[in-house]
Formats: sequence, C-alpha cells, structure tokens
Amino acid sequence: MSDVILELKNIKKWFPVRRNLSQMIKGEQQYVKAVDGVSLQIKRGEIFGLIGESGCGKTTTGKLIMKLMDPTDGQIIFNGEDVTYLNKEELGKYKRNVQMIFQDPYASMNPRFKAVDVLTEPLEIHGLGANRAEREELATKALEEVKLTPPEDFLGRYAHMLSGGQRQRLATARTLILSPDFIVADEPVSMIDLSTRAEILHMMKEVQQSMGLTYLYITHDLSTARYFTDRIAVMYLGKIVEMGYADDLIDKAKHPYTKALISAVCEPVSGKVNQSKEVPIKGEIPSAANIPEGCRFHPRCLYAKPECIEGGDPVLEEVEDGHFVACRRHREI
Amino acid sequence: MERVLDVKNLKVYYYTSKGPVRAVDDISFYLNKGETLGVVGESGCGKTTLGTALLNMPTPPGKIVGGQILINGTDIVTLNENQLRKNVRWETIAMVFQGAMNSLTPAYTIEKQMLETLRYHRELDEQEARERIKKYVNLVGMSDDVLKRYPHELSGGMKQRIVIAMALFLEPELVICDEPTTALDVVVQAQIINLLKELKEKLHLSFIFVTHDLATEAEVADRIMVMYAGKIAEIGTNEQIYGEQGPMHPYTSNLLAATPRLHQKVDKLSFIPGSPPDLLNPPTGCRFHLRCPVVMDKCRTEEPPLKEVEKEHYVACWRCYNDE
Repeated sequence: MSDVILELKNIKKWFPVRRNLSQMIKGEQQYVKAVDGVSLQIKRGEIFGLIGESGCGKTTTGKLIMKLMDPTDGQIIFNGEDVTYLNKEELGKYKRNVQMIFQDPYASMNPRFKAVDVLTEPLEIHGLGANRAEREELATKALEEVKLTPPEDFLGRYAHMLSGGQRQRLATARTLILSPDFIVADEPVSMIDLSTRAEILHMMKEVQQSMGLTYLYITHDLSTARYFTDRIAVMYLGKIVEMGYADDLIDKAKHPYTKALISAVCEPVSGKVNQSKEVPIKGEIPSAANIPEGCRFHPRCLYAKPECIEGGDPVLEEVEDGHFVACRRHREI
Repeated sequence: MERVLDVKNLKVYYYTSKGPVRAVDDISFYLNKGETLGVVGESGCGKTTLGTALLNMPTPPGKIVGGQILINGTDIVTLNENQLRKNVRWETIAMVFQGAMNSLTPAYTIEKQMLETLRYHRELDEQEARERIKKYVNLVGMSDDVLKRYPHELSGGMKQRIVIAMALFLEPELVICDEPTTALDVVVQAQIINLLKELKEKLHLSFIFVTHDLATEAEVADRIMVMYAGKIAEIGTNEQIYGEQGPMHPYTSNLLAATPRLHQKVDKLSFIPGSPPDLLNPPTGCRFHLRCPVVMDKCRTEEPPLKEVEKEHYVACWRCYNDE
C-alpha cells in the first residue's frame, strides 16, 4: 500500500441556487460554489488540518470525503481505489473505514440510547460481532480505549448523564468501534470547555498513535490546529490557498489571507489592552454564489495588483519543501 | 477612582425541583469608571447568570437571594420593575446578550426595529429618532444604507454591530457584553474587539466583558475576574493575570496552561482533570479542591475567602495568602 491514504483530485461541489422565472426561461443557473476545485493528499498516519472561516467549504469537503454527498466534479481516491461514486454495498464497506466525529456531542447522540446502545448500533448495522455479548465486549473495549473507565460505569448511562468531554469521548469510541483507518473530525472540541479541550485532543492523539489512524481535523481555530496537526491546509471560498507543515505554515505564512488570519488570533499575553489589533485584510468574505474574478481573495487583499484580477485563479504551487501557496505575489509581500 | 458598579455579597440561586442551584454564590467585586472588567469561566460557572443579575433580571427560576448591586451608589436590588425599567435597564446599564445578533426580528428592517426600541424609551419625533439611529449606526462603523436592509442580508459581524448600537443609543454608562465574539470568525472577532475598544474611548464607557476565552480577555480587559463554580477564584489586572509572573490561583494558572498559543509550539498541552462540580451540591471547602493539583487538607473543609494579596489582586486560595 502506498503512503497516501486519501487523495482529492480537483474536487468540486456546486449547489444550484433556486431560479426565478426569467432565469428559468433564459435557462440560466447560478451555483453556490462551496468547494471549487480542491486537490490534496493525506498520508497514512498523519493528522491533517483543514482550516478556514465559516462558509469557506471546509465542512462540505469533510462531507464529500464521508460520502454524505456526491461531488459535482473531481475524484476521491481512498487506499488507491476510486471511491468517487459507489453503489450501496461498496458504500457500506467504505463507511466502515471512514468515520466521522461531529462538532456537537449533545446533538449527535440519541437521547434515548444508553452508551452501550450508542456503541453497539454501528456494529449491528455493519453486521459485526456474532451476538449481543460479543458486541458488548467490543463496546467495553472501545470505552477503555477512550479512557472512559471503568467501562461498566458508563455502559448504562444515557448521553445526558455525561459531561461534554465524556460525550465527545463516547463519540470517539463510537467511531473507533468499527476500527476505521480514517476519521474526519469536524470541530470536535469547539463545544468543549477549555479545561477539558486539551484532554480530548490528547486522547485523540493517543488513540491515533496506538491504532495507526489518520485524521482529517476540520476547524476554524489555528491555535489548536498548530498543537494537534502535522500538516495544515487553509481554505478560502472553496479553494485551498496555502498548505504546509503546521509549524512552517504558521511561522512562515506566505499567503496574505493566512497572514491576516494569524494576526487576528488572540493570545493570552499581557500588554495588548491599550492597542487596537492590526489585521491586514479588507471588508468581509464574499458570498460563494458570487466568487470574484481572478484570485478570489483580491477584493480583500492589501497587495492586489491588476494582474491578480486579470490573470485568472492562481495555481497552488510548491514554493518550498512541502509548502504550497496560491498567490502570484507571495515573494514580494 | 470612581466606581460605577459595586457588587456586595451577591447570591443568585435557581430554584429547581431538586433544590436550589447556587449559580452565583456570595460574590463581591467592583468596576471603576472607564474600565473593562473581563469575566472568565467555563460553562456553568455562573458568568451569564451574573450578567443578567446585574440588570436585576435573573432568568426564572433564578432569583437574587441576597446582596447588593450598587450602581453609582443606588442599590438596584431594592428597586421595583417600574423604576428599573425607567432608570436602570439600558438607561444606565445595558447588555448585549449572547447570540443577540440572532434575535433581530427577521420581518423588520434594521431601522424599524431600532426605531421601535428607541421610541419606546424616549419621546422623540420620528425625524429626531432617525437622526439618532443614524448617528449610532455610523458610530459602530457602518453606513446608513444598512438601515433599509433586513437582518438576513447582513453578515454576522454586521448584525453584532447593530446589536451593539442598540445597546448604546440610550447612552448607558455601563455595557455588559456576554460572549460578543464567540460565534464570529477570527477576523470579524478582531474587528469587533477593536470597535469595543474604540467605543470605550469615545463614549467613556465601562464594560463588563463575559467570555470563556482567556485569550480574548487578554486583549480587551483591564482587569480580569475568574469565576469557578459560582465563586470568584481570582481578580487581577491584565498584567497580574497574563504577565511574566502569572496568575496565583491554581485554577487560573491551569486554565491558562490549557489554552493553546499560536506562536508557541508545545508538545503537550496540560489540562484540568475532571469536570466542574454540580452546583446543587457544591463541594465543601474550596470548590476547586476536587480538581486542584496542589490541594491541602484545609482546602477540603474550609472555604478560602477572597483576599487582597497585593494591590488590586484578589485571590481565594489557601496557598496564596501572605500571612500563612
């Protein structure tokens, strides 16, 4: 097996916008281009961070990988096989290998299920474990894996009897129980209290190392991404604008958008109260239904030149070892 | 320095069928004029309860069961609804609620909802009212044309600005902001923080800035009050909490150590094991003792009082007092 577990090739997801009568007659159709040509390779055993503001297409990308929706265009390659379009049977097999941890541990669990039901349901769906006793044994093991110990104490509890952190552990156990290779974690800690956030990330990392998992970590939070991930890709309006090793990307950011994001992050250090924050960016994020011509970042960029508008979309090119940037002027700025 | 707000022994309990939940339990603090006080804590520590209590409108079944809230010397706990509405709420003390930007009426234009609120409080003719609204919309950094738009046409950052304008147009002295930047993207968050700082300068406002995020607080608050399980753990100046020396209370320092920093690579973030206590049955002694890494025997039985250990630095921890 190659060391690339998942590859996206120019993947796109366009959502059609409802048309008015005149558009229908003229046969016009507008699209919200949520994901507009994303290519990336995720290596086996790494934690890959996908970062961006709300509406940049990061969650849609995650859903495309989960096969919760079909892409408009492009290819998804998993373990060397094209999985872009799958029939029901293949899909079932695929979903055993690719699992997801959702953002909200309060909403992603059936309130009428005990922990044991939460954990054995996926086993039943996928026909794993010969009988109930065997499935419960697997559930116990999964709880131990995520450090909800002693597991006997937790098996009989309902979701509301758990704290936020415990719930997210249970959610992680639920994904692990099918022994997947790849986990999409969409903002897994953003709803967890700060004091336990690090604990959850730490647990996820331990599980990843002991089971040889690969994560796609989707977040808007650069600080946890730096701590948690190996590589990071920054998305803006449906495209990746910069990608590289986590430390490189943050210490040596090259794209003006990444630089703006980094300067906007608050840091818990003294001496900043009496100054206002300089964030080198203009205006607000445009709608994905109306993506600007040329470089999609140019209306907000402080360094934009006519060539940025006329020259079309800049290509994501490797400028240093493993560091990719989609900006024409990254050397000058 | 002149104090806008002085809270003494405030207690707010929620009366549930299982018994009283002591969400805010005997806390005292003050706020100087022209100052921003940051209130930090995890969910369930009582910070939002405190915010609504300061307007004397705790969310039912919550009740203020004791203490005083002195605003410019007047105890508002003793005032009746009518007096509160006429002289206190939004007149001297305003609040921007968590998620307030989603509470704008979808069927009204921005101008219409602002007019309605303004004219309920002030006897202004329509022209004057419109002028005033325009002034405040400009003040929060937007042009007049947003007034004709509906909330769904505005971005999250713009809606937050409108809500801030609505908190300000009756000219309060003190504004409580409950998680005003939490739902916003980082870039917009930075813009709102800058706006609040600017308004504080221009209008000589005092702010109480409630959030769970220690990092945001470092950028906005002159003084920081850390709450844990309905009690104050520590109050200190920005320098005392975030400076070289670091905070004193083990809860604050552990929380700070659990906050990832962007420009610092750490191999392992620390965390605080366990979760906050149930406020129906708060633990005896120090409320943090079950999770405290440096707990002593005394902490389990005796509750530490909030003491001033150096100038303007208050801590409730048996390990931090000078005289022991």
